[in-house]
Amino acid sequence: MGLTLFEKVWNQHSICNLGDGNELLYIDRIFLHERTGSIALKSLEERNLAIRNPLQVFATIDHIVDTFPGRDDETLMPSGSDFIKSLRKSAKQSGINFFDLDNPDQGIVHVVSPEQGIALPGMTYICPDSHTCSLGALGTLAWGVGSTECEHALATNTLIKKKPQLMQINIDGKLPSGVTSKDIVLHLISEFGSNGAKGYAVEFTGSTITDLEIESRLTLCNMAVEFGAVTSLIAPDEKTFSYLENKKFAPKGDDFLTAVKEWGELKSDPEAKFDKIINLNCSNLTPYVTWGTSPHQAVPIDEIIPLSEQLNEHGERKSMNRALEYMDLSEGEAIKGKTIDAAFIGSCTNSRISDLRAAAQVLKNKKVAKGVKAICVPGSSQVKKQAEEEGLDKIFISAGFEWRESGCSMCFFAGGESFGHNERVISTTNRNFENRQGKATRTHLASPETVAASAINGKISQASTGIES
Amino acid sequence: MKPFETFSGIVAPLIRMNIDTDAIIPSREMKSVSKQGLADGLFSDWRYESVESRKENKDFILNQSPFNQATILLSGRNFGCGSSREHAVWALSEWGIKVIIAPSFGSIFYSNCIKNGLLPITLDENKIDLLEGFVSIDPLKNQLSVDLASRIISFGTETIEDFPIGTKDRESLINGLDEIEQTLDKISLVNEFETSHKAKNPWL
Repeated sequence: MGLTLFEKVWNQHSICNLGDGNELLYIDRIFLHERTGSIALKSLEERNLAIRNPLQVFATIDHIVDTFPGRDDETLMPSGSDFIKSLRKSAKQSGINFFDLDNPDQGIVHVVSPEQGIALPGMTYICPDSHTCSLGALGTLAWGVGSTECEHALATNTLIKKKPQLMQINIDGKLPSGVTSKDIVLHLISEFGSNGAKGYAVEFTGSTITDLEIESRLTLCNMAVEFGAVTSLIAPDEKTFSYLENKKFAPKGDDFLTAVKEWGELKSDPEAKFDKIINLNCSNLTPYVTWGTSPHQAVPIDEIIPLSEQLNEHGERKSMNRALEYMDLSEGEAIKGKTIDAAFIGSCTNSRISDLRAAAQVLKNKKVAKGVKAICVPGSSQVKKQAEEEGLDKIFISAGFEWRESGCSMCFFAGGESFGHNERVISTTNRNFENRQGKATRTHLASPETVAASAINGKISQASTGIES
Repeated sequence: MKPFETFSGIVAPLIRMNIDTDAIIPSREMKSVSKQGLADGLFSDWRYESVESRKENKDFILNQSPFNQATILLSGRNFGCGSSREHAVWALSEWGIKVIIAPSFGSIFYSNCIKNGLLPITLDENKIDLLEGFVSIDPLKNQLSVDLASRIISFGTETIEDFPIGTKDRESLINGLDEIEQTLDKISLVNEFETSHKAKNPWL
């Protein structure tokens, strides 16, 4: 019988069976950030437990550090610097790999990880952060954990896990121009619900996926958690191998050649069995925008917000009414053309160089509409440097965007900087939850192209149609 | 971890879908590098009229008697979705919640519950409606009793039997075992595996 990609990686890491479907899994690499990693490391220290293999552990500062130019340890968030200093102290004491604020490779954990070759095909990888599923884009079996599980992995290089059910999402069709993997994932979640992959690990397959560049695959896998999935995977291919060649923590020389040979085997066998299969065709897909307070509340940009009578379930209707009240929108209303107060480009979903290039393409020789606060936060210091070498920073700045240091920034409100009360924000981030980007802030999720076009027009707009009259 | 014992408690129905961990504890309420001191921030955007003044919002169920004494939460689909922050579980536990009953849970949140002695029970929506109906008649008197060892929820003269929970999860909750200690007892197996695993993947 054939095996799925998931099963191949899982089996290669299973140390022993612990009964009732639980297995002791070897964890290859662990990545931490100051928000939750500081607590896990401190907790281990308090228990006098050592990190088993410090060189297999990495940490960065991204979550609550400010992103203003000239930033330091002091943060707008009260007590934010405690998290930074605590992580730094623990990292130095334990000897783990640490991307401190002054490190040229610092950045958002899920941007730094592929960029530095830390997540690799066929590895098991955890991080106390829900968007760790992003790394499945490289064929890494990666998932987010809480602090307690993270401590377990730090102390033992293992986790006790039950194998989830497996879902194949097969996506075919050539994406229309201006439509991105962000639109694919919003489409998928809106079709099948934020609960749609509950209990499943998802493997994305099909010609659309093969055509996607690595950074677009990272965006797609990033939002698997918003689909309820345990994690997601894409089989590594030539694009993956060439992306990883010469990355700092990837194998080098002969080791790289050996690794590529092994990585080439990491794909589901033709006769492998999935517990569920979804087939999608994306050849007619249009850009998507969310209208509600859950990522599944999304529509194609040209369509209206659904009518509650179209929802056949009481719970969904109740949830919709609450979301519309929060968002100050009505059912049946067009989403395109809604006036915005702010535009945000950044986060582990859409802050990589290809995202900034796509946004800059839309912004070139244009100006952000009057009164719109527009912010671009590159995902890592390396992305920022690359963008500046290409002159993208000048395009953003001359359009009227703020150009920031790298970090998670205003993807969420941690008590520091935020968007304002009742402000409508179009954002390349991953969560449109109530109060996520600021108290009473109304978030619309979209691709970098859509966010850039909306910033220019001062209202929700589609990039390919240009400025509306 | 404190062992989970059979108990009866007041039930607060907070029936909404997709209650995310940002709502359970907003990021700005995670003020110190600690697993404690989080109950005050539980549901703070909903629980307080103004987050700054901390004046209670009387419309929010956990501010109303007898729900302010609740130990069991009834909720909607996908409870605890979103961020992996274990603070959501620490805040719920510290506030006094021992059991959460919902049609489904965010997967990281579910694991975090088990690791902290909080029992997540997955029940169909119609059973949750039934429990909600029972509780609403007299929330103080109509409490639920949860017996984890036999997997039985009792309410009035009725019961829901065999609620789903993995054997290992159930044992962990009942015995309050520390998994790190358990795994360290098997570390020779890990060492053995690691030697051959690293020989195959020398770049690790």
